[in-house]
Amino acid sequence: MNLDWPTVLPLIFMGVMGLALLAYVVLDGYDLGVGLLLSFADDEEKDLMVSSIGPFWDANETWLVLGIGVLLIAFPRAHGLVLSALYLPVAVMLLGLILRGVSFDFRVKARAARKAMWNRLFAFGSLAAAAAQGWMLGSYLTVFDDTLLAHLFALLIAVTLPTSYAMLGAGWLIMKTEGALRDKAVRWARIVLWPMGAALVAISLATPLVSPNVFEKWFALPQFIGLLPIPVACAAAFFAIFLATGRPQVVQAGYGWVVFVSTVLVFVLSFLGLAYSIYPYIVIDRLTVWQAASAHESLVVIFVGVAITLPAIVLYTVYMYRVFWGKAGALSYMPEE
Amino acid sequence: MDTLMLSRLQFAANIAFHILFPTINIALCWFLLYFRLRHGAAKGTAAARHWEEAYYLWTKVFALSFALGVVSGITMSFQFGTNWPGYMERVGNIAGPLLGYEVLTAFFLEATFLGIMLFGRGRVSERVHLLATLMVALGTTLSAFWILSLNSWMQTPAGFEVVDGRYHARDWLAILFNPSFPYRLAHKLLASALTASFLVAGLSAWQLLRGTDNGGSRLALRTGVVGAAIAIPLQIVAGDMHGLNTLQHQPAKIAAIEAIWQTEKAAPLTLVGWPDEAARRTHFALQVPGLASLILAHDPDAELQGLNEFPDAHPPVAPVFWGFRIMVGMGLLMLAVAWWSAWTLWRGRREISAGRLALSRTQLRLLAAMTFAGWIATLAGWIVTEVGRQPFLVYGQLRTAELVARHPPGMVLSTLIAYLATYVFLLAAYVLVLMYMAEHPAMPTAQTPQSPKAAEPVGGPA
Ligand code: HDD
Ligand code: HEM
Ligand code: HEM
Repeated sequence: MNLDWPTVLPLIFMGVMGLALLAYVVLDGYDLGVGLLLSFADDEEKDLMVSSIGPFWDANETWLVLGIGVLLIAFPRAHGLVLSALYLPVAVMLLGLILRGVSFDFRVKARAARKAMWNRLFAFGSLAAAAAQGWMLGSYLTVFDDTLLAHLFALLIAVTLPTSYAMLGAGWLIMKTEGALRDKAVRWARIVLWPMGAALVAISLATPLVSPNVFEKWFALPQFIGLLPIPVACAAAFFAIFLATGRPQVVQAGYGWVVFVSTVLVFVLSFLGLAYSIYPYIVIDRLTVWQAASAHESLVVIFVGVAITLPAIVLYTVYMYRVFWGKAGALSYMPEE
Repeated sequence: MDTLMLSRLQFAANIAFHILFPTINIALCWFLLYFRLRHGAAKGTAAARHWEEAYYLWTKVFALSFALGVVSGITMSFQFGTNWPGYMERVGNIAGPLLGYEVLTAFFLEATFLGIMLFGRGRVSERVHLLATLMVALGTTLSAFWILSLNSWMQTPAGFEVVDGRYHARDWLAILFNPSFPYRLAHKLLASALTASFLVAGLSAWQLLRGTDNGGSRLALRTGVVGAAIAIPLQIVAGDMHGLNTLQHQPAKIAAIEAIWQTEKAAPLTLVGWPDEAARRTHFALQVPGLASLILAHDPDAELQGLNEFPDAHPPVAPVFWGFRIMVGMGLLMLAVAWWSAWTLWRGRREISAGRLALSRTQLRLLAAMTFAGWIATLAGWIVTEVGRQPFLVYGQLRTAELVARHPPGMVLSTLIAYLATYVFLLAAYVLVLMYMAEHPAMPTAQTPQSPKAAEPVGGPA
């Protein structure tokens, strides 16, 4: 491979897109997860749960806009191909995100009698968005195959992916809350642990089965040995969640964050594995990164913007998390007096 | 209906819904900044608490509108790929970077600082909080800058070259500041200022009429009226200049706006009428001779091109014709209402300092009735702009019909219905909740808006 700018830039953008989508899945993952869990809490807990994600959810969703934005900016051909193939699940996801995002605000501004309805819409929207994202992932991994098997696979991921969001949500609540709600969150994490594991195993097995190329990449020596740390670390993270949620004293001793961090680790590792499988394609076995890329001059223009703004975005995002660090309290538009 | 028509309707429904909320937010955020600054300046006096009350209510409105703007905006960013894949394939090299800069410079800025602006007042210093508010205001305005640049480029494309059917950028400055962009940006920002001003004034007038006002309502009402009175003449001038610019670059659109069927000298201005495209004439036309030539060419005898010059390349006449009249009609109505109210306030300034209101109930009713006038004018304006660009997507370059995704019509119809149902429901909920909040403007102290318990009313009856 010739390492000149026109070859490298598309790869950089692939990386930026991957990181944006990873950031999205982790960040919006926990607030979607909180939405999924909302129905299982009582009224007072619901308010606290929503407060815990209040300042963050909007910025979290912006990572999705960036991920899709980079797909559109840097890989216009793949953008059209992927999104028109995923037409219906995308619409379901969007409707879910709409209902969820607005319920968040309506539930505390509408008259009290309507609050229960907005709570339900919030949970329903979160579920619809999460399941639709699962469907999209499944359908993407089987290269939009129109066979029964492929649809069943997409369905499987649609049903199980929400559990991993619920795990993130539960992990978030364990960190941000105390007392009875935290205990509940530990129980929720325990319940979704196994379905989440099943989803991850299914996703990992599917890609090599769908594409012989991917199979080659993973199961030939010596790569296989080099790659072994990925599944092993995944299993270790999984075990850490298992331990932390099984022993109340771990959470009480202040190690509740283990659940969230381990789940994030699982996400990151799965992402790395997936990236390795797919490279250098953007649509598996159909379109490579370079075939899909837009004109070099346009990539340069936007690269300058990314190089300047992305570090700034990361900085002020970190700042915002520091401002709202610690246990969640009730949210207010006014300073507490 | 075919897939093309359905996809167009879906796009129009989505963007029309989306634009309602940015239009409010772009300017409302600057209003909030103003309320905060006045609050700071009035520290220690009774007025301080009233500015705070105004800030509190309008922050709630802002938060709600922002949520609606964000979620409908996310829908927008997927629309290109799901329904118009050809668009990005052909002009992605130009549209992509513009959209990209919007995400990178504007969306993250506003979305991140919004959290601090809304919920951070107890956690950061006053100065940092003001700065966060300023960042959100800058973010929304920047966002308008980028997206309007793209939209203007689609109207008056410049700075590009075509290689193998794909559009490549040749001169980014020419693309960014394409010929219609300055007009469109100015016109849109003013539209936003007007929409927010009438919303603030109208809802406050409603509070006064219902007797649910607090000290903040009067201050907000005055701010809204003064804002509207300043912005409306500027808007009319900007609109006129925008029209002249359009005549230069898109004469077919102007011919449709004025329903000029045949090229003619000393063209009359049609005030109202019924354009009939099949018969190619306007029934029941009420006309002023020579006025169209006078307005558009600043010469009563000038020749104006008619629709006959653009066979197969002019927009449908009726929506453009009516959209324009609704927008201009709204603008004139705004002028009358804003200036009358502002004049009354000016004359009654002594009464006001003595604690009276100065405005009559009729004026309050008028203002309340105009609460959403900005929305109507804005939507009508966009219909003129966007329908007036048809049958092209990129004016003179690419036709809408070439770029549509070939989905089965039934599938597009199903999503269209789902979106429409959601939007109607949300719009009704939004208006009702706005009214509810206006009728319960209590300013909680210890308790919070995100809290389940009733707020402690301090700023008037809850
Ligand atoms: C003149 C103004 C204007 C226009 C014509 C549009 N927008 Fe917009 N948009 C805004 C002004 C705006 C804004 C004021 O900046 C918003 C409203 C609330 C917000 O978050 O930013 C916004 C939000 C917003 C968001 C959510 C940002 C976030 O997550 O914070 C997206 C993805 C888009 N828009 C995308 C679009 C697309 C693809 C459009 C057209 C095709 C479009 N907008 C038209
Ligand atoms: C609020 C503002 C807007 C409104 C109300 C609006 C309205 C419309 C309407 C009514 C159509 C359909 C035209 C027809 O069917 O004849 C349309 C089409 C379109 N507009 Fe806009 N528009 C707005 C802003 C924008 C912006 C900012 C962009 C660019 C980024 C844009 C891009 C398009 C595109 C790509 C289409 C394609 C579909 C078509 O032409 O039918 N619009 N818009
Ligand atoms: C009475 C005075 C007004 C005049 C003469 C006027 C003129 C125009 C013209 C000629 C266009 C079409 C531009 C084009 O072809 O691209 C336009 C578009 C528009 N108008 Fe107005 N306008 C007036 C008042 C208003 C008011 C009061 C509002 C809203 C509060 C408004 C909002 C809009 C919007 C949002 C657009 C679309 C912006 C764009 O062109 O991109 N206008 N106006």
